[in-house]
Amino acid sequence: MSIELRTAPHLHVGRDVPTIMRHVVYALLPICAFSIWQYGLSAIALIVTVTLSCLAAERIANRLSGTVNTLSDWSATITGLLLALTLPPAFPLWMGAVAGFSAVWLGKSLFGGLGHNPFNPALVGRAFVQAAFPTAITTWAPAFAAQRFTEFIPSTLTLPFMVPNDISAWVAAATVDGFTGATPLARWKFEHFVYPVEDMITGAAGASSGETSALLLLLCGLYLIVRKFMDWRIPVAVIGSAMVMAWAFQLYDAEAFPPMHLALLSGGLMLGALFMATDMATSPVTPKAIWIYGALIGVLTIIIRYFGGLTEGVMYAILIGNAAAPLLDKYLQPKVFGAKPK
Amino acid sequence: MTTNTKQPTNMEQFLEGIWKQNPVFVMVLGMCPTLAVTVSAFNALGMGVATTFVLVFSCALISLLRKQIPKEVRIATYIVIIATFVTLVDYIIQAVSLALYDALGAFIQLIVVNCIILGRAEAHAAKNPPLSASLNALGMGIGFTIGLLALGSVREILGAGKLFDISLFGANFQPWVVMVLPPGGFFVLGGWLLFFAWLAKRKEARHGK
Repeated sequence: MSIELRTAPHLHVGRDVPTIMRHVVYALLPICAFSIWQYGLSAIALIVTVTLSCLAAERIANRLSGTVNTLSDWSATITGLLLALTLPPAFPLWMGAVAGFSAVWLGKSLFGGLGHNPFNPALVGRAFVQAAFPTAITTWAPAFAAQRFTEFIPSTLTLPFMVPNDISAWVAAATVDGFTGATPLARWKFEHFVYPVEDMITGAAGASSGETSALLLLLCGLYLIVRKFMDWRIPVAVIGSAMVMAWAFQLYDAEAFPPMHLALLSGGLMLGALFMATDMATSPVTPKAIWIYGALIGVLTIIIRYFGGLTEGVMYAILIGNAAAPLLDKYLQPKVFGAKPK
Repeated sequence: MTTNTKQPTNMEQFLEGIWKQNPVFVMVLGMCPTLAVTVSAFNALGMGVATTFVLVFSCALISLLRKQIPKEVRIATYIVIIATFVTLVDYIIQAVSLALYDALGAFIQLIVVNCIILGRAEAHAAKNPPLSASLNALGMGIGFTIGLLALGSVREILGAGKLFDISLFGANFQPWVVMVLPPGGFFVLGGWLLFFAWLAKRKEARHGK
């Protein structure tokens, strides 16, 4: 009888990178579908364009660097879907393509591909277009416009390299009551207007394509947590610390700071906490580091939102968290079982 | 005489800075002005010409004085010589184009500490006769100008839709704001370095065959 000698682990759960990534794509699909239901043709076009440009960028990078084809590990697809969901629905398609290419090239390929990237590629892409096209990325279109399934938002079909088409006529024709072209966070910052909770849960408030329904985001994230495709501690730490911060500020001065539910339900907090901060390549792996990483993102988000010039802080908070992740891992190593304390 | 000890011809000395030892793309020297003033092609050209002027004249003078300069104080002497020419350039640019002077700002004065110039003085002008030193300096200056222009044109085309202030795409062009901000300088420089590294690699692969 031959006995095969091997080192641990002896049992493998059978999961690999493509499997996990595929399930993240499954979890993102309902959010994309909801976004399409809200914004119609423009959302379809944006999601398809951004995802295709991410896939094209990945393929070109593979070709140039002479590495194997990594399209089938689904990571570029996730980058594309996530990136599209963080962009405003009226975003011109050519800018979406710029975002897709910069996400994969600047965010991932230059560092050596999946697993070597220090920052979340989708957020790198968004940060790039935010710096390049600050006006277009803060131009919001109303959700549930009557003509959304029959015509594009005019700015979607802007010619490449040209200034986005004016959407004011389209918005006027959409006859959505009380649409101001601002997100709930911006309306709080500039007008001290508190959005009703139900609007932020059902997606009636103006926002990026995929961040409007906090409830749906939570459900999709829950699927991944239940199937153990993501670490539950990261979203809990991010949302928890943001909640504590928002609560503390509210307690300190209820007039000057927005109510807690606004901080939690608006903007990209849910999307960021559940789908971006949890990116396996860019988040820490040791238990203590995970908690600190999540808390750092939550605290920074609230600080940027309340005291910074921008209305939304999730993107930069996560990028800073990503930058801190390797350091946290290095200094918060758990004690090896059986090792003597020094 | 073997090929190793063969003196390079004047032409080779001149061409060295333009391609083989290009200060921006190969030696990666003088990065401060490269990143800071290349928001437009015109600024890049102005900076390049000013640096070339200082480079050529200070290298020629240093080469003439190379036997008189005591070894112990050579760096200080080089700096005095370079500073003299930088002061000249500073006043000339003020007189010729105040707009360019304002755009380049402190970076004109900072040519004094540009490592390309000090590097050339130390590595080449101090060891070679004046003709060879000035030709080499001229080549380096032209190479530097080409590098700055390469960055400046890309940043101006994307960041403003213009080249040398001539509009390329009409009034409707959407400027990429990031390109005229400091990060844009790093992105474009990185892109060019990548391109030249790729060229070098391809050449190597071809020679290897």
